[in-house]
Amino acid sequence: MSILVDKDTKVLVQGMTGRSGTFYTDLAIRYGSDYVAGVRPGKGGTEHIGLPMFDTTAQAMAETGANASLIVVPAHHAAEAMIDAINAKMGVVVCITERVPQHDMTRVKAALKGSDTVLIGPNSQGILTPDGCKIGVMPTRDARPGTVGIVSRSASLTSEILAQASSAKLGQSTTVGIGGDAIHGLSFVDCLKLFREDDQTEAIVLIGEIGGREEEDAAAYLASLDYGKPVIALVVGNQAPKERRMGHAGTLSIFGSETVTQKIDLLRDAGVIIARNTDDVVPCVAAALKA
Amino acid sequence: MILSEYKSKELIAQYGVKIPDGRVATTAAEAEERCREIDATKYVVKAQIGAGGRGLAGGIKFAATPSAVRSEVTKMLGKPLITEQTGTSGEIVSEVYVEAAVAIAKDVFIAIVLNPVTAQPTLLASANGGVEFEQMARMDPDVVSSIVLIEGADISGFLNGLGFADSSAAANAIASATKAFVANDMTLLEINPFAYTEAGEWLAVDAKVSLDGNAMYRHPELESLVSDDSLTPAERVAHENEINFVKLDGDIGVVVNGAGLGLATNDMLVAAGGKPANFMDIRTTATSFQITRGVELLLEDPTVKLILLNVHGGGMTVCDTVAEGVAFAYARSSRKLPIIARLAGQNAEWAMKILNDRLLPVETCKDMTSAVSRAVAIANGRAA
Repeated sequence: MSILVDKDTKVLVQGMTGRSGTFYTDLAIRYGSDYVAGVRPGKGGTEHIGLPMFDTTAQAMAETGANASLIVVPAHHAAEAMIDAINAKMGVVVCITERVPQHDMTRVKAALKGSDTVLIGPNSQGILTPDGCKIGVMPTRDARPGTVGIVSRSASLTSEILAQASSAKLGQSTTVGIGGDAIHGLSFVDCLKLFREDDQTEAIVLIGEIGGREEEDAAAYLASLDYGKPVIALVVGNQAPKERRMGHAGTLSIFGSETVTQKIDLLRDAGVIIARNTDDVVPCVAAALKA
Repeated sequence: MILSEYKSKELIAQYGVKIPDGRVATTAAEAEERCREIDATKYVVKAQIGAGGRGLAGGIKFAATPSAVRSEVTKMLGKPLITEQTGTSGEIVSEVYVEAAVAIAKDVFIAIVLNPVTAQPTLLASANGGVEFEQMARMDPDVVSSIVLIEGADISGFLNGLGFADSSAAANAIASATKAFVANDMTLLEINPFAYTEAGEWLAVDAKVSLDGNAMYRHPELESLVSDDSLTPAERVAHENEINFVKLDGDIGVVVNGAGLGLATNDMLVAAGGKPANFMDIRTTATSFQITRGVELLLEDPTVKLILLNVHGGGMTVCDTVAEGVAFAYARSSRKLPIIARLAGQNAEWAMKILNDRLLPVETCKDMTSAVSRAVAIANGRAA
C-alpha cells in the first residue's frame, strides 16, 4: 500500500481558481490523481478546468465523496480554509500556503483538537504516492513506486533524494513534506507510526533540519520500541549561520536543541542510520535494504 | 523581525507594561539634551542593536550626569559592537537609548512564546534573570518553568511558586504583556531583566520583541517599526527580492534554491574544507530578475572568489529560471567569477545551455560531492 493517500483518494482543491491553484490542480490531474472538485465561496455551480465548483468544503464532500483536500489559498485566508476542512471532517488536508501568520495557527490547532483530520503543513510541499496520488507542489518526473518512505521538512532535499533514489532503482512508497513552519500539523512521529504499519514500506528516509524539536521527538519515539524497519536520517544545518535569535536559551524543552549535532546524536542513539551528507543517503538506504 | 530594545519597550508600554523613563538619540549632543527631560539621579546608556549579549560586550554603560551621558554616547555611536551573537565584525551602533537607572531589588526572566505543538501563548519564567541568564539557562534548562496563558490560568500562583515577589502585581504586568503579544502578532516577547524595584514596582528594564513578518499586512500601524533591525543592507536587498540570504565569513559564494538544499550545501562545503561566503535560499516565488539581484550581491562582494551554483529544479523554480538570473547578473558585471555548477531536476539541460550560450565561465559537475570538492579546490588555490 502506501500511507494516507493512494489511487482511491478523491481530492478537492480549496482555492482552485487562482493561478497557483489552477497550475497545481492541472499538474496533479495530468499525473493521474483523482481530483473531483474545487471550492471557492461564490463560485458554487460553476466549473473550472473541467471540475465542478462548490461554495463550501462540506457541500463538495457530500456531492463528490472527496476525502482529501489541497489548500492553495492566500496566507490571510489559509487558517479559515484549514478550519473549514477540519470542521467538514475531511480525512487528509494538505496546506501548501506559505507565510501563514503563526497566531492564526492557534485557532487551527484548537479546531484540530479531538478531530480525526490529518493536517499536513502549512508551508508543505505536500504528499505523493508515486503512480497513485499527488497532493502538493512537488515535481513528479523522477518519482517511481517502490518501498522507500520519505518524510521531510525540506522540499528541495526531498526532490534531490527522491531523484537519487529512483536512479538507483529504489522507488518510493509515499513521500511526505511536513512543512517548513514552526507550527504545523502532521509530525515526524506521526509519519513514522504510519510507515511502520505500511506493508509496502521497507525503509524510511527522514530529512531533518536545524531548529524545532521534530528530530528529538522522532528519536524519543524510535528509542521507545523495536521499530522493525531501517530508518536513515539526514539532518542539515550543521554549518547554518548562527541565528541572531534572542534568548531562546533555557527553552530547549519547548524549542528543541540548539545544534544539529545534538539532534544527530539522539537519532543515532535511537538506532537510526545517519547519512553523512545529501549524496550519502541513497547508498545508506541501499545498504540497509541489503542487510 | 526583531525590534530593538526601545521599540520593543515603547510597544509593550502602550499595553500597560511599566518601563523606565527613556529617550532615544542618534547623536551625543541629542542624548545629553534629551536625558535632561528624564527625572533621574543616574542614567543608563544602551546601544540599540538587534543582537543580544550587549551587557557583557560593553553596550550598556552607567552615567551620573548628562555630560557623562554625552561622553559615553560618543564612545559608542558609529562603532561596531561585537557580542556573542553578532559574529566577528559586530553591529554598528547608530542609535542609543538613555534611560533612568532604577534601584533593582530582584531581576527575573520572563518570555512569552507560542508553543510550537499547541500554538497556545505560553509563559516562560525564571526567578533568575539578568545579563548572565543566557549562559545559566544553557547549562541548566530546568531553570525555566512554563505555563499556558489561557483564560483562567493562575499566573499569580505560578509566579508565587517560583518565588516572585508581589506575584499578583507581576501577573498583572504579564497579562498586559500577553495582550501586546497577541494584538501585535509577536512570535517572541522577552523581558529580561523583568525587575522588581526597591520602590516595589515591576518594570521591564530590557525587552526584546520579535514580530511575525507574515502578519504585518494586518498591522499598518507598525509600519514605522518593522524594518528588521538585525538585517545587514545586503540581507535586506535579498529579502526584498524573494531570496533568503545571510552573509558569512568565507570566500565561496553559493547560489542555491531551497532552504534545505542551501543548508546541505554549506554543510558539505565546510566538511570538505571550504568556507561559504553566504547562505542562500531562492524562494519558489523568485523571478529571474530577483535572482539576478541575489547573484549581484555576491559579484559585488570582494571577498567572494567563485560561485557554486547548486540547483534542483522542480515545483515552481525550474533550473532555467535560475540560469537566466545568473546570466543576466554576469552580463551587467565586469567581475566574471568562475562558476561551478551542479544542475539537476526540471530543465537542467536547458539551464546548462543558457549558461554556455552566454559564454559564462562555467564548469559543470555531475553531483553535489564533486561540485563541492571542485569549488573548495579553486577557492584554496588548487585550481589545476
